[in-house]
Amino acid sequence: MNDAQTLAVQVAAIEQVTPLIKHFTLKSVDGGPLPAFSGGSHIIVVMRGNLRTHRNPYSLLSAPHRLDAYEIGVRRMEESRGGSHFMHDQVKVGTRLEIAHPVNLFGLDKIARKHLLIAGGIGITPFLAQIEDLRGTSVPYELHYAVRSAEHAAFLPRLREREGERVHLYYDSEDQAIDFAGLLSEQPLGTHVYVCGPAGLIKRVVDTAHAYGWPGSHIHWEQFSAPPVGDAFDVFLSRTNITVHVPHDRSLLESIEGAGVEVPYLCRGGVCGFCQTAVLELDGELLHNDHFLSDAEKARAKSIMPCVSRARCKSLVLDL
Amino acid sequence: MSAVFKTDETFRDDFTFRNSPEAIRRFPLPFPEDRYMYSVNMEPHGPGPAGSVTQFAFDVDEHYVAECRERALVLAEDGLRFQALPHMMSSQWDCLELIMESFARDYPSHFSLNKHGNEWHWINRPLNVDQKFVFGDASTLPLQPLDYIGRQAQGDFVVMDQREGDLWIEAGMVTAQADWSLDFDIGMTFKEWHGPVPLAHEMNVFDRALKYLLNLRLGQPVRRLNWTMTVHPRLDTSPENYPHWGRDRSSVTAQNAGDLVHLRVELQGLWRLPRSNAILFGIRCYLISVRELATIPKWARRVHRVLAGLHPALVEYKGLARYRDAVVEWLAPYDDGSPTSSGTSPE
Repeated sequence: MNDAQTLAVQVAAIEQVTPLIKHFTLKSVDGGPLPAFSGGSHIIVVMRGNLRTHRNPYSLLSAPHRLDAYEIGVRRMEESRGGSHFMHDQVKVGTRLEIAHPVNLFGLDKIARKHLLIAGGIGITPFLAQIEDLRGTSVPYELHYAVRSAEHAAFLPRLREREGERVHLYYDSEDQAIDFAGLLSEQPLGTHVYVCGPAGLIKRVVDTAHAYGWPGSHIHWEQFSAPPVGDAFDVFLSRTNITVHVPHDRSLLESIEGAGVEVPYLCRGGVCGFCQTAVLELDGELLHNDHFLSDAEKARAKSIMPCVSRARCKSLVLDL
Repeated sequence: MSAVFKTDETFRDDFTFRNSPEAIRRFPLPFPEDRYMYSVNMEPHGPGPAGSVTQFAFDVDEHYVAECRERALVLAEDGLRFQALPHMMSSQWDCLELIMESFARDYPSHFSLNKHGNEWHWINRPLNVDQKFVFGDASTLPLQPLDYIGRQAQGDFVVMDQREGDLWIEAGMVTAQADWSLDFDIGMTFKEWHGPVPLAHEMNVFDRALKYLLNLRLGQPVRRLNWTMTVHPRLDTSPENYPHWGRDRSSVTAQNAGDLVHLRVELQGLWRLPRSNAILFGIRCYLISVRELATIPKWARRVHRVLAGLHPALVEYKGLARYRDAVVEWLAPYDDGSPTSSGTSPE
């Protein structure tokens, strides 16, 4: 996508739901309905600050059949390039933002016999929308939700009210941990597992499921990597014939966009592969942070996902 | 197109289907140059010029009423031309919404849609339909949603579910197809579906097309043109009905080719569907006789050259082997060898 295809929205409500998470309600500026979507979808929020434009992906947590507003949850990141701080500190009720049409890279499998949903922290957001799709179907599902402590359990009242006993809650502060082996060894055939949250949680679930012989097609996870900070470097764009400086706290994609060069993207989180760019020359190493390229492709160093990956290099030439 | 519907034309038996001069000039010729080979020729399905077949998301033209009648005849003979697996219900509603909203927005004199929450009121004046129903409640419609709206639209519809990094053909209404069968293909993946296509697999066309479609975005539909040829203006050239049309191919001669043989062009549109995250694949078929084509001098030269130079594997796959030479011979007097301008416009 590019910014020409965004929807104009206005912040209708903001609620601080945990010490770190704010809950935003967005309505279209013209008051009309927003596009319908499917549970698990995310939007890119375009935040135009004074110094730079941030574009961050956030899962939609509102009910997919509700078209008068979109809701997102934003966790304040400690190591932030500024997007989550912008949402927390700059955005007020009435602030106008641009968003992209929803994209679903974490959809529910429609022929699953059962859905096992596992969330850690802010990873609860896509599941809030998905359970709206699931409620009322005849397919069974369970939600397992792990948080640091009671005060960090975002959206729990909403979950309790709508889901009751189907929510299994785990507080780190009380040494309650998900029994991954117990959970994943006893599911009926045809169950699909979905996990969203911190990298460690995702790895535990995926590794345990594989160990118990789950087919890869039944294991789903989503983790939007925030582009990590790193050393500054320069990149030469061969088709545009310009050199772009990538500062330590900006991503390669943001820096290229800042120079006025458009790169097609979807997720901006290293998941979809849309911004894959060919590396023509490299003196140094690529620091791959995406979940799209295989290890072999990463080692070959012939392409890069500029949304999350960087380089430590003397020179880098991209086919842009 | 502010269509005056040709309500009594037929696509079987006496084959009274004809194109008006206006319909000929807006025909979507699929040959921008004098030779043809596959490509992933997809482009954004944005509004084309006024009056063109791409002006609106779904084209309603002078054949609308007659094509809907032909569709009803095919469905009455063979109920398997509409099929939808149980998990495709939300995508069926997505399709109904997309088509009703597009028709009502783009052809307000023919169609209207009024909504009060989930209570919808649909009026289709050309087909004399007036239906109130509850969006999302299939018991309030006389047919399943895609069956219902598919009967009120031109062109075939296939709905593909997206999962496991692939697309699965799991619902559709297919009555105007170029020799493929929904009943045979339902449940297949994207590449299995396209298995019989020659050359394209070696060119990695389907790898690239699949990757492209998996990332298809809501609100950004795409389109492409495909083509073949058909003897008589017959919409239903299905494998199921091969006994009715297969033998037609041996009746073509260099004398009658202009009237018997029709160029068959598919305007294929692809839409991401919002609630189901499925993809709607619309296959809209346009027919034009070689004689009608030849009323545009540039097109006569262009089609003559494309057919004369067509790759033998494509001649075979498209089922043209028996009569391609006859059509080339019929068109030869229209090709004086003068150059044709690039692109597909009539001049």
